[in-house]
Amino acid sequence: MTAVEDRPDTESAKEIGRDRRRKEDQRLITGRTRWTDNIALPGMLHLAMVRSPFAHARIVSIDTEAAKTADNVVAVLTGADLGDAQGVCINAWAITTEQLAPTHVPMPTDRVAFAGETVAVVVARSAAAARDAAELVDVEYDELPAALDLKKSAADEVLAHPDLGTNKSAFWKFDSEEAGTGGNVDQAIEKARGDGIVIEREYRQQRLIPAFMEPRSTVVDPTGEQITMWTATQIPHVLRFALAAGSGVPESKIRVIAPDVGGGFGGKLQQTPEEMITFAVARRLGKPVRYTETRSESLMAGHHGRDQWQKLTLSAEKDGTVTGLKVELTADLGAYVAILGGGVPVLGAFMFNAIYKFPAYQFNCQTVLTNKTWTDAYRGAGRPEATYAIERLMDELAAEVGVDPLVIREKNWITHEEFPFTTVAGLEYDSGNYEAATEKAKASFGYDELRAEQRRRREAGDRIQLGIGVSTFTEMCGLAPSRVLGSLNYGAGGWEHAGVRMLATGKVEITTGTSAHGQGHETAFSQIVADRLGVAFEDVEILHGDTQIAHKGMDTYGSRSLVVGGEALVRAADKVIEKAKPIAAHLLEASVDDIEFSAGRFGVRGTDQGLAMAEIAMAAFTAHNLPDGVEATLDSEATYDPVNFNYPHGTHLCAMEVDTETGGVLMRKYTCVDDIGTIINPMIVEGQVHGGLAQGISQALWEEAVYDDSGTLVSGSFVDYLLPTTADTISFDVHHNTTASTTNTLGTKGVGEAGTIASTPAVVNAVVDAVRHLGIHDIQMPCTPERVWRAIHDAGAGGRAETEGAAAPHFDESTGMQGTVDRTDGAQS
Amino acid sequence: MIPTQFEYVAPATVQEALTALAEHGDEAKVIAGGQSLLPVLRMRLNAPEVVIDLGGIPELRGVRDDGDAIVIGAMTTHHTVLNDPLVAEHAALLARAGHELADAQIRHRGTIGGALAHADPAGDLGAPALALSAQFVITGSAGSRTVPADEFFVDLFETAIGEDELLTEIRVPKHTGWGAHYEKFVRVAHQWPIVAVAAAVRVAGGTIAEARVGLTNMGSTPLRARSVEEALVGQPATEDAVAQAAARAAEGTNPPSDLNGAADYRTHLAQVLTRRAVLAAAGA
Repeated sequence: MTAVEDRPDTESAKEIGRDRRRKEDQRLITGRTRWTDNIALPGMLHLAMVRSPFAHARIVSIDTEAAKTADNVVAVLTGADLGDAQGVCINAWAITTEQLAPTHVPMPTDRVAFAGETVAVVVARSAAAARDAAELVDVEYDELPAALDLKKSAADEVLAHPDLGTNKSAFWKFDSEEAGTGGNVDQAIEKARGDGIVIEREYRQQRLIPAFMEPRSTVVDPTGEQITMWTATQIPHVLRFALAAGSGVPESKIRVIAPDVGGGFGGKLQQTPEEMITFAVARRLGKPVRYTETRSESLMAGHHGRDQWQKLTLSAEKDGTVTGLKVELTADLGAYVAILGGGVPVLGAFMFNAIYKFPAYQFNCQTVLTNKTWTDAYRGAGRPEATYAIERLMDELAAEVGVDPLVIREKNWITHEEFPFTTVAGLEYDSGNYEAATEKAKASFGYDELRAEQRRRREAGDRIQLGIGVSTFTEMCGLAPSRVLGSLNYGAGGWEHAGVRMLATGKVEITTGTSAHGQGHETAFSQIVADRLGVAFEDVEILHGDTQIAHKGMDTYGSRSLVVGGEALVRAADKVIEKAKPIAAHLLEASVDDIEFSAGRFGVRGTDQGLAMAEIAMAAFTAHNLPDGVEATLDSEATYDPVNFNYPHGTHLCAMEVDTETGGVLMRKYTCVDDIGTIINPMIVEGQVHGGLAQGISQALWEEAVYDDSGTLVSGSFVDYLLPTTADTISFDVHHNTTASTTNTLGTKGVGEAGTIASTPAVVNAVVDAVRHLGIHDIQMPCTPERVWRAIHDAGAGGRAETEGAAAPHFDESTGMQGTVDRTDGAQS
Repeated sequence: MIPTQFEYVAPATVQEALTALAEHGDEAKVIAGGQSLLPVLRMRLNAPEVVIDLGGIPELRGVRDDGDAIVIGAMTTHHTVLNDPLVAEHAALLARAGHELADAQIRHRGTIGGALAHADPAGDLGAPALALSAQFVITGSAGSRTVPADEFFVDLFETAIGEDELLTEIRVPKHTGWGAHYEKFVRVAHQWPIVAVAAAVRVAGGTIAEARVGLTNMGSTPLRARSVEEALVGQPATEDAVAQAAARAAEGTNPPSDLNGAADYRTHLAQVLTRRAVLAAAGA
């Protein structure tokens, strides 16, 4: 067997379902392509940011004179210099009409609100000269007390923005009794206190950093009729709207291009201050400019994710039948309300009840401003938090009842006969089969054998204990029905747009409003179009990421590209076929009603006559012989607004070994059986699942953004912000159990976030399960060896809560000079 | 991630390098494999005016046999050291630690002399060098001098190498027939150790005849656990006996507290890892 792809036996073989190698990989993997940072324009200038080392300080003065006179420096600009021209960063989702949000100007003039915030920008003829001169900008600060701890900030002990008078930004609530979707949760809990079971827990979602491969980079060329911005973003279309709204420049005067983009994970779903500054500087100087951040800047000033406290109360009957769930979240927004901002925890509001039949449910969320880096979407956005909470709680309930965690789930989950099912949060789940996925997962995992080994190790008092973690997750993705977004006060719709251009030679250009940054859209969308139009896979070109070419779109996030963007594509392709039929009928001298389209050929029913799609395309191009009144084009567009979200689910099983002596943890086995509906390209799906699992496992075990007492990010490089490599993960056992989604033509469900959402609680459940017999029922994430060890030695205290706010010394001031523009050392400077 | 501007000097001999050092004094930084210095320069934590690159000096590379010791040139890469047959036979502990050092790319670029001269207390080679009683050959304009490992590491990132001197060779007394193990405790594979223990043990007739134990990241320098070594001599290579000796591993240490672990946790780890390292080295 060679590495060459298997060719289909017949021409009629379907593209959908084939593991096509990715069209985009040659250029993405070799790096021989157009990223933002390798775009060079004539006369282009380079930017470097001067950033605050303090989490909260008044800006007393900014002296730019020395920097201005440095070699090759063209300009040094502050917020005051740019004035209103620097614009503002917008929040697109005020979760309540009363939401408090500080104005977010890209470069504040009076006060900085987090360490890493930009206060001045140097423009020079080279990136090196800009960086050298940035060190010459002398900023005098008057340090202010910083709001750092989330709970203390929620109590307004120190104000992040003193003029607002409070740190509390918005309070958002869903109550099933008020919504008419369920009962009264407080009554359910009260009753359970008398005659049932009440599980009360508080979980921490630590702060994470998206840590995409390509740091953010922006080029702005102001010299044309439209101002063109190339930027490493997930959202060129949303960004164009936000740039217009934030700067006052007409939308029609702005073109945004996302060239090949090296990952995002939600971290490039933003209108960044750096983009606004680059835009404003280019306009001010009338010259093309480029800004590319360093990795340290990326970790410090790119938006972070998660960071919540979750107070949870679950009520159940004595036999483990759930009766109610109450969720009280405190969510850290950081210093500003980002583009989605408080919307991220709200996206989780409908998912805490998960696959279980809770009769009563209440969700409360308080968003809080602090003097830390702002937070926003990070892979899963709201749903990992919800899944973590409920899947941890279901394990706790199982322990309380004294049954296997799978038994407690089976007792409470929606059975496959019950779909479509309307949940206590008001969503209608269209399809799924939790029983089948679970059975398949158990068998592949070797569940019973591993449980037997766990018992043996416990009884023998082994140094290495074994734990098994379960996560029977579901999520809502495919963002989003526009009416629902409207009801949630979101500032835009959730539709997607696609276009099909039939070229004269029979080749096809597709425009899509989704914006890939590594997902493989060019391959998967080509497969869909090839099947739909009966053209060759190689003949389809996918165009995206440029507001001039794919002019309309809502971009890529929330596992939406296939389930929303793919459906728009299907509908546009179907319009092409409908447009081609009268032309085919005319050329074949048949009635339109007798034209049948199949496998790329327009045939006449009951005859062997027919024309290929390419022939109709040529006929439309020459337009020599078209029926009267028929337009000389097959090109078609479609805008699709989903009627419902999309609900992938799956059963994830994880076995973890815990070294009770050191607290070290080691993954032994990971099996998942996901239901993501119809699979377009199994290889791409496997990649998404593997990457998603690694990212979710990483939250459970490794990643944490740590600040010290003065508000300095101490995990400010990859030395201290731990990301796993292949050396740290195992071979995952990945399977599928497919029930087609009923809400889109192809039957697809999202897969981009599934692995991340599902895996975190599976891992933590396994770690806790390994040591539960030692009196432990929680270990805070990330489950570091130290936390596990302390939990064992302090008999169940949950491990030390706070991570030491000190970096390892490999790269600190003891190695030499201190004080730089892309690292902050806070109050120690 | 752009360093400040510096002058780049690439000497072809040790003598040329010393001349350049004498000329530029403390304005110069010596670069070996660059795996620690380059990040420092790129993060602008140091801004030397001159960088002297030892990469073009052939005499600093290679491993040779010198009677009762093996001699490793300071610019020999980790990859070469850990795959060298002389090292495997006579200083297996160095090879064991080298296998655990960072990742493959760094092992191909980084050098033994660069890593030891950088003197990061979390570096993987300091503890094995101590345990094997390595001798550091330091060359200056007046000639070479030899410094024992115990005196080489002075403080955090500080060694006995003078401002106008270079580390040129590491002489490792042969520990032929000794068992060796490097027990490294990390959260992810490419990380510096939270704590690591280097152990070399000579077992005769089931009894520990000699033992050498070095500790990584338990203070501002790599440390030697002498009280453990003394307690091990004459003991059987059994779990209980070794555990009793290993309980003294943290004596005289001053471990750091950082986001990877607090000092008391490192103290505990040192004891556990010492027991494991010694038992593995003894083949028990």
